[in-house]
Amino acid sequence: MRDKRKTITILAYISMAVFVVFLLRLWQLQILKGSYYRRQSEKNRVRVFKIPAPRGIIFDRNGIPLVKNAPYFIASLIPDLSKEGLDLKGLSRLLDMPVEELSRKISKHKKHVLEPIRLKEGLDFAEVARIEARRSDFPGLVVETEITRAYPFGSTGAHLIGYLSLPTEAQLRKGLFAGIPKGTFVGQWGVEALYDKRLRGIPGKRFIEVDALGRQLRTLKVVPPRKGEDLTLSVDIRTQKAAEEAFKGKAGALMALDPKDGEVLALVSLPSFDPNLFVRGISQKQWRRLQRHPGHPFLNRVFQSQYPPGSIFKIVTAIAALEEGVVDENFSVDCTGAVHVGIWKFSCWKGQGHGRTALRKAMVESCDVYFYEIGRLLGMDRIAKYANALGLGIAPGVGLSAEKTGLIPTTSWKLRKKGIPWYLGETFNAAIGQGYVSVTPAQAALMISAIANGGTVYRPELLNAPVSPEPIAKLSLSRKTLRVIRDSLVGVVEDLKGTGGTAKSEIVGIAGKTGTAQVIKIPESVKKKLASKYRDHAWFVAYAPVKNPSIALSVFVEHGGHGGETAGPIAKAAIEAYMKSSGYYVERQAEN
Amino acid sequence: MLRDRLKISYQGIRNFDWLMFSIPLLLTLLGIMTIYSATRSVLDTQPSFYVRQSIWLCLSVAALFVSASFDYRKLINLAYHLYGAGLVLLFLTIMLGHTGMGAQRWLRVGPLSFQPSELFRIAMIIVVAKYLSTKRSPLSVSPLAMLVFLFVLIPFCLLYRQPDLGTAITLVGIVVLMVLVKGVQRRILASVLLVIVISLPFAGNILWEGLKEYQRNRLVAFIDPKVDPKGIGYQIEQSKITIGSGKFFGKGYLRGTQGPFRFLPEKHTDFIFSVFSEEWGAVGSVFVISLYILLIIRGYETAFYAKDEFGTLLSIGISTMFLLYVFINIGMTMGLMPVVGIPLPFFSYGGTALLANFICVGLLINVRMRRFILFY
Repeated sequence: MRDKRKTITILAYISMAVFVVFLLRLWQLQILKGSYYRRQSEKNRVRVFKIPAPRGIIFDRNGIPLVKNAPYFIASLIPDLSKEGLDLKGLSRLLDMPVEELSRKISKHKKHVLEPIRLKEGLDFAEVARIEARRSDFPGLVVETEITRAYPFGSTGAHLIGYLSLPTEAQLRKGLFAGIPKGTFVGQWGVEALYDKRLRGIPGKRFIEVDALGRQLRTLKVVPPRKGEDLTLSVDIRTQKAAEEAFKGKAGALMALDPKDGEVLALVSLPSFDPNLFVRGISQKQWRRLQRHPGHPFLNRVFQSQYPPGSIFKIVTAIAALEEGVVDENFSVDCTGAVHVGIWKFSCWKGQGHGRTALRKAMVESCDVYFYEIGRLLGMDRIAKYANALGLGIAPGVGLSAEKTGLIPTTSWKLRKKGIPWYLGETFNAAIGQGYVSVTPAQAALMISAIANGGTVYRPELLNAPVSPEPIAKLSLSRKTLRVIRDSLVGVVEDLKGTGGTAKSEIVGIAGKTGTAQVIKIPESVKKKLASKYRDHAWFVAYAPVKNPSIALSVFVEHGGHGGETAGPIAKAAIEAYMKSSGYYVERQAEN
Repeated sequence: MLRDRLKISYQGIRNFDWLMFSIPLLLTLLGIMTIYSATRSVLDTQPSFYVRQSIWLCLSVAALFVSASFDYRKLINLAYHLYGAGLVLLFLTIMLGHTGMGAQRWLRVGPLSFQPSELFRIAMIIVVAKYLSTKRSPLSVSPLAMLVFLFVLIPFCLLYRQPDLGTAITLVGIVVLMVLVKGVQRRILASVLLVIVISLPFAGNILWEGLKEYQRNRLVAFIDPKVDPKGIGYQIEQSKITIGSGKFFGKGYLRGTQGPFRFLPEKHTDFIFSVFSEEWGAVGSVFVISLYILLIIRGYETAFYAKDEFGTLLSIGISTMFLLYVFINIGMTMGLMPVVGIPLPFFSYGGTALLANFICVGLLINVRMRRFILFY
């Protein structure tokens, strides 16, 4: 035995050293990093579950709900740290899914993330009931609820209302919808997308104490969800419906505005799609079919298709001539059916000619030769000035979809773009809305709306909210010009020889103008026999009532032939529907 | 007379070290409280560990008094018998023992299952103390070789088979320390050190090959717990979270979450200190560690006071055992040591270990209270 005292003293010192090491480590773990570890332990124990926020409801101007909130059920598996005893076969039978798909989904899940693994989405009520009944057999199996939409009006107004879906992979990669809890439905189209933030609301949170097996022990705290904002649109769904039905399956667009403030009363783009397809997850096959549809149902024609306006542009030319003072209302031209400029012949649509024609007759019967003549007197640049003041050539900036600006050519534009000077013949074409001139249906609606309200182009407003309308263009018109033009537009519909007689209504006075956008330049008589894709596009712009107008609209029918023929009745149907819906018709009847 | 035969002296009883008795008792009571908290049922009913531990405590206290009562020098004659019996038990464990958590450590007797390796520790310390006390210091080659073969290699192999590497390593550590205390010839010490240094690279490899998968994982995880916090390093990381989250004053008794919610594995056995530390914070932890160090130092003090060399070596062996167990176990919970499955004396759930530890304390008290007795 060595020196006992010395040996034992060393051993005591070793013990003290151990004590000091422990003390330092405790200091490090519990004092220096204590708060960090406290947070870690809370993260272990407390799991936050999302309570989906009900989305705001979208109403039409009369308070008719255009959407419904509907539950969307998902069978999910809370990832289990122990990963023991999951009966995959039983689960496969319960969910009616192949075992391989299940195990693929489970193994794909990142080990460190405690988010539930979504096994099957869009369950129906029977499936939910079945799962709930047997949940105790499958630890970690839960039915999650999200809120999605049902669209009671189906494809009616689909381009306006839009639809919801889960964010796509591409959107998530681009970092869109960051900060929105995973699995939340987001607006993807129409108003649903445009006002997504306001409609969305704030999801609530349920703080639940869990154990390491993911079993929920008790609820610690609940932060209730905040419902999204309800929105009342300016659209009148009854007018919308009537307008869509009036197209009778043809492709085209319609935009109806309240001329007083630019509120959108109807917004039609056809063909359309059923938004209900998207809310439960559209199948690959359905999606491809919609994508490849020859009618391009996802094109919002109101803003995204631009065509020569045809004769509806004569309104602009006429206003320019009167306001510039190059002619007065009594100035007349002798229409012989055509005008010759050098070797070129510019025909009137009516081969035998209109004879002596002044402004009103030229508008009512849509005489081309008259407008060639005043176009010659005005020159292109002066026409363009008035066109721009009426909102043509400008994107209206609604934000519902990408917007085309259309084209109002000028002499300098042509020199810049094509490097050659402007020809007189091009002014002739432009004066009757052909050639380079092109407009979107939205712009056509804005133009006629400005005529109806005295010259102001308001930015189309989708919400029925008491906000002051925002002018995007303004044309100062003399009272006289306005009276002459309006009177001629009434004549288009009311006069015996008017081209827009098809729009004449028994219940309300309508003013309007027809237009035809040429697809190919061949005689009308031949075209009628051709396949529909060579037929001209039909335009109609109108407002009503003639006195104190409350609706102004543009109608565009692809390959609709002459404007009066196909577009006129649609305009009439929409206007009459709005008159009935807004109570005007009832008031009038009471007066009589 | 029975009293004479057991050599119970009134003087001895007067010298009974109540401090040495009350420290383990207090630690065990705190342990039972913590076991209750760690295993308190949250959703499902679990066997009431704390009740069983309480019953074992009663048995253990009785065993302590028994082991303190008789003259410890009687053990010198019994040492080989005890050691032989211990070896047989270990052998039986390997043959008949039932498996728990990948290791064969338990032996069932009737309704009771116990861990022979826990009792074996005592026999081992006694026999080494006896063996060393009969040899001359410093030790020469032949007694040392004898000792290594008889008291190290054989039990090490048996424990390694179970496998109970933690206990095996701890026992080797105890014997090494006892030998060093006894004293070894300088040249032997030098050559052993040389051999160790030379063979270190190979030994490391051989040891690594010999380890089971889970043992290797524990080593990897010790070096870097964040390699896979949900897998290998999970225990260490969770244990650090458990201790750290207690902060200075702790979360309060029965308000810990890491144990009862099962984030911390082995919550009532190997990692019980973490659970205690979570609820009682740095304040409680320092208190408990102080109790251990106090007990250990008092054990060493007993070694100093012991009247004979056997008593000294016995006390040193027992105290060193406590020191190693506490150091390895608490060090492991704090992430200072690899995860080695040895319990915290008095605190961890486990009846055999509790019994063995109380017997050891009894022996320490025994040695201490007989320090004034004149040997005849």
